[in-house]
Amino acid sequence: MDQFLQQMVNGISLGSIYALIALGYTMVYGIIKLINFAHGDVYMIGAYVGFAATTYAQLGFFAAMVISMVSCALLGIIIERIAYKPLRTSTRIAVLITAIGVSLLLEYVMMFFVGAEVKSYPQLLSQKVFNFGAVQINMQQIYIIATAVALMVLLQYIVHRTKTGKAMRAVSIDPDAAQLMGIKVDRTISITFAIGSAFAGAAGVLVGIYYNSINPLMGIMPGLKAFVAAVFGGIGSIPGAMIGGLSIGVLETLVSGYGNSMYRDAAVFAFLIIILILKPTGLLGKNTREKV
Amino acid sequence: MLEVKNLNVHYGVIHALKDISLKVEQGEIVTLIGANGAGKTTTLRTISGLIKPTSGQIILEGQDITALSAPQRVERNLSQVPEGRRIFPAMTVLENLELGAFLRNDKAEIKKDMAHIYELFPILGNRKRQTAGTLSGGEQQMLAMGRALMSRPRILLLDEPSMGLAPLLVREIFEIIKSINQTGTTILLVEQNASMALSIANRAYVIETGTIVISGTGEELAKSNKIQQAYLGGE
Repeated sequence: MDQFLQQMVNGISLGSIYALIALGYTMVYGIIKLINFAHGDVYMIGAYVGFAATTYAQLGFFAAMVISMVSCALLGIIIERIAYKPLRTSTRIAVLITAIGVSLLLEYVMMFFVGAEVKSYPQLLSQKVFNFGAVQINMQQIYIIATAVALMVLLQYIVHRTKTGKAMRAVSIDPDAAQLMGIKVDRTISITFAIGSAFAGAAGVLVGIYYNSINPLMGIMPGLKAFVAAVFGGIGSIPGAMIGGLSIGVLETLVSGYGNSMYRDAAVFAFLIIILILKPTGLLGKNTREKV
Repeated sequence: MLEVKNLNVHYGVIHALKDISLKVEQGEIVTLIGANGAGKTTTLRTISGLIKPTSGQIILEGQDITALSAPQRVERNLSQVPEGRRIFPAMTVLENLELGAFLRNDKAEIKKDMAHIYELFPILGNRKRQTAGTLSGGEQQMLAMGRALMSRPRILLLDEPSMGLAPLLVREIFEIIKSINQTGTTILLVEQNASMALSIANRAYVIETGTIVISGTGEELAKSNKIQQAYLGGE
């Protein structure tokens, strides 16, 4: 039982990071129906921005987090403007292939500048460990979960309570009708990329702190897993991405804890196959029909 | 109020609108009638800015708006109720109406207008917390109209408001269109239900395969033999 609870704590920490990345996938998919395969690499860049802010500028956790989020938001906007916007009326496969291209570009441009070797994050948080019976929670885990929860609450607020959020929802449902309300579609898409990318940036810093090591290809696997999380939750659904992220994190740690950590990745992708067979729309996926 | 001059629209190689010209004066109800595929919806979508014309001019209150985007046209108080209503089904009735007022910041006035919409369409007031997708077809049409009115349009474009509705409801919707017009909103109405449209219109245009073929007052056209045969089911 204790071991199970411990694995849950670890799983929720890891899952919070997946959830933050998955939100970006799902929001972008919701609004332009694109699986943005470069998203995992935005997360990697976020980790490097956090690394630079803490190592070279000697900044603390919160400052590094904010700088990384802002930088990634800008990067997201630029990627959308340069790579995806010109393809707005093209086929979906053309945009998808472009996304893969952007992904490779980010990975290898980054490798060119920072080198392929692993860099280690400085110690930002105290090494304090809290004991609840036999279950241990360390400071990093508390920060990860708290940051993820705070950002998700903020996102829910933006999406449901602000004008910008309503515009995002309207564009994701029906871009033409949204225009007739006076909503600027391109601007709304930019904001969506900015928010999604900022969340990836936050996840990048959190991972740097958690695992202590970063490299230019670190975005590939978490990116794919966050994608699985988004599909599991129902792509396009924000609560779905949160639930999906946590589930994938827990699944992964349970497989590592009880089975064999070699099968960790295989388990996640096997899970994707099962979802696609049993419920392709995901847990909270929309399948709405309109009355005519 | 609104003037369309020699509008041409192409979809790829298809020449959908050929030199369409029409005029809507302040305070009028003008209707554009025609068969399926004649170009009615294309005309409206071009006027509201969703389709870019290949040539021609759209003039709103003396200003050329041809180059403006759809949201910029909404800002100039031109509003459209699109074909098929196009409400936001996953959002509540209230949120749909709020989106109609997206460009406005005068909270007190928005509230007043909202109350007015609920007077005009009491059913929307009763269902404001319900998601719009659960409304019936007629209620959705009312919501689409209410949503468009929330932007305080000076000119309202209506695309087939009678589509798919029971005759009794159609009559109700048309009564409401008349009353919207009486409060000072100019109306351009696209309809397949020609007899209904002609009964409330000051003037009318008939469109056939992308060209305006006849125009005149509503009464004139309602009596015209050609219209009777082609659109009103007369013999």
